[in-house]
Amino acid sequence: MRQVMSVCCYCGCGCGLYLLVEDERVVGVAPSRNHPVSRNNLCVKGWHVHEFVHHPDRLSKPLVRRGGELRPASWDEALDRAAEGLAQVKERYGPDAIGVLSSAKCTNEENFLLQKFTRAVLGTNNIDHCARL
Amino acid sequence: MTNSINELDHAQVILVSGSNTTEAHPQVARRIHDSVDRGARLIVVDPRRTDMARLAHIHLQLRPGTDIPLINGMMRVILDEGLIDDLFIEMRTENFFAMRDHLLRVEVEEVAALTGVREGLIRQAARLYAQAQRSVICYCLGVTQHVCGTANVQAYANLAMLTGHVEQEFTGVDPLRGQNNVQGACDMGALPNVYPGYQPVTDAAVRAKFEQAWGTKLPERPGMTLIDMTHGPTVWSERPEAAPEPVRAMYIMGENPMLSDPGIQHVEATLRDLDFLVVSDLFLTETARLADVVFPAASFAEKTGTVTNSERRVQLMHQAIAPVGDAWPDDRIICELAGRLGYAMRYGSPAEIMEEICLLTPLYGGMYHDRLRSSWGLQWPCPDRAHPGTPYLHKYSFTRGRGRFEPSGHVEPADPLNEEYPFLLITGRAYHHYHTGTMSRRCAALTREHDRPWIEIHPEDAARLGVRRGDLLQVRSRRGSCTFFARPTGRVARGQLYCDFHFHEAPVNALTVSCSDPVARCPEFKLCAVNAVPVEQREETGEVM
Ligand code: SF4
Repeated sequence: MRQVMSVCCYCGCGCGLYLLVEDERVVGVAPSRNHPVSRNNLCVKGWHVHEFVHHPDRLSKPLVRRGGELRPASWDEALDRAAEGLAQVKERYGPDAIGVLSSAKCTNEENFLLQKFTRAVLGTNNIDHCARL
Repeated sequence: MTNSINELDHAQVILVSGSNTTEAHPQVARRIHDSVDRGARLIVVDPRRTDMARLAHIHLQLRPGTDIPLINGMMRVILDEGLIDDLFIEMRTENFFAMRDHLLRVEVEEVAALTGVREGLIRQAARLYAQAQRSVICYCLGVTQHVCGTANVQAYANLAMLTGHVEQEFTGVDPLRGQNNVQGACDMGALPNVYPGYQPVTDAAVRAKFEQAWGTKLPERPGMTLIDMTHGPTVWSERPEAAPEPVRAMYIMGENPMLSDPGIQHVEATLRDLDFLVVSDLFLTETARLADVVFPAASFAEKTGTVTNSERRVQLMHQAIAPVGDAWPDDRIICELAGRLGYAMRYGSPAEIMEEICLLTPLYGGMYHDRLRSSWGLQWPCPDRAHPGTPYLHKYSFTRGRGRFEPSGHVEPADPLNEEYPFLLITGRAYHHYHTGTMSRRCAALTREHDRPWIEIHPEDAARLGVRRGDLLQVRSRRGSCTFFARPTGRVARGQLYCDFHFHEAPVNALTVSCSDPVARCPEFKLCAVNAVPVEQREETGEVM
């Protein structure tokens, strides 16, 4: 079994923990003994943080709406469609007609990229996230 | 947080406000318990008798929405009894005289009447907080999710400055952040008015720096907030001429505004009306169901990257497994989309993205992955590679120079009670679930502990309505209605109801108000006026709606 250092994603305390990996599956969690926040302790959410990772409801393929229904598609198809949809709205109504919501559940790197994408590629400052919620 | 979580270990007095810490921030609660064991005194400001409140030496069980008068009352006592920190006020703050004049008009008896807290308790709490050498304030969304959220926060800052309880180790004013990386999302400029590191988009020099780095023109005007995007012009009903043009397309990464935003009828109408909607998420959420394109995203176990906790600690998460199914990490999705829109974004790894962040963001200047890899993370500000990070803020000066006192008075809640809507509904989060439940409700253990939408009601109110534990209660506000399972408990005061927002079967935000604070635009989630009617037939389990 491998142990991989990670951070609990369930609240702003940011407990350090190890993900226990077996056969490419996360099978458990162990607290970090020396981590300054967790100090060898996790709350009930932290102990079960891995359970949603392999849940059968996880989306496994991109979906594209065709004939009113969301249907599985290839990555190329989904990305093309998304780029085209955003480009059309931008062309017709201007960049400020697009709004982007980033996520307090994603990493700093992803948040940075999404705001860069919004500002530099789409050309609007319409970006926010659920900090206030 | 201006301090570190571990500094709570050494506080002498801890004032916790609007935070159901035991359930929402278990590790912080643990520190508070330990401190109390070692002799620290605990003051809790909360309309509910939470576990934290039961542990408290003084529980100020105020009427919801009356934080400002309560704090003003405490400050009046501190002023009258000569407990202010003159030297600190003289050296480190400004606008004190306006504050003093304002406080001299505050009468503690009136405060007691308005807040419903006994005068003696207010005086006792004021003395306890002011006289200790090391007093800390922790607050959470119970303070910010009000029409007057910004003024509420300011009131606590005033209190801390008046007594000099800032700028040193073991003192300060600490907001507790709800979701795991709210702090980081703000730091990274996922906000309509600032670039990463809170650098304003309206500042020409800052903009020029980013334009040069990114090789393109950047927009000057601050963008729309989430509420403006998801509610369109409805939030501007009082000043329709100021309303921005509604958005026609949205890209939503890992959020579920259909459940988390107030007034979900408006959110749903807005999302359905869009010409185009792109969502990336782990699951087919209520929001993703409305999308034109849905991307399957990788979870935290399937990618490497940093997150920033409440105490500003930037920590590295390591990828444990390959993405599940055909999922991609969001950074890869964004880069591919950018390429298709004619802008090359190429990064070899998340570490390279962080290098760009370091170069452009003074707060994060030294947060290179290789440094984070061999430590428990670093707390910002950390301006360069050699910097050890900053465990507590405001050590030598406030970010804006002197700390400024801003007097404020009572603000009436947006949604008044009357005969038709006699109950005050308070919303919050529960111990076993996280945000809209898309992840936590898929954990068997968490769902076993907490599997249905409960609503807490005072036993006397429950008796009057004739409901017992587990009975269905229909709750209606001026905007919508929801059904919950009743749980009579003394945790809530008479005339109040409490529920959480983790369950899509009972979307609480169908009830809540979307008028928001004029500055922070934080929806007034905590309070809304409702009535409650028992649902006739008793059902054992099953679907509620
Ligand atoms: S283990 Fe509990 S306290 Fe720690 S980060 Fe996770 S949810 Fe928060």
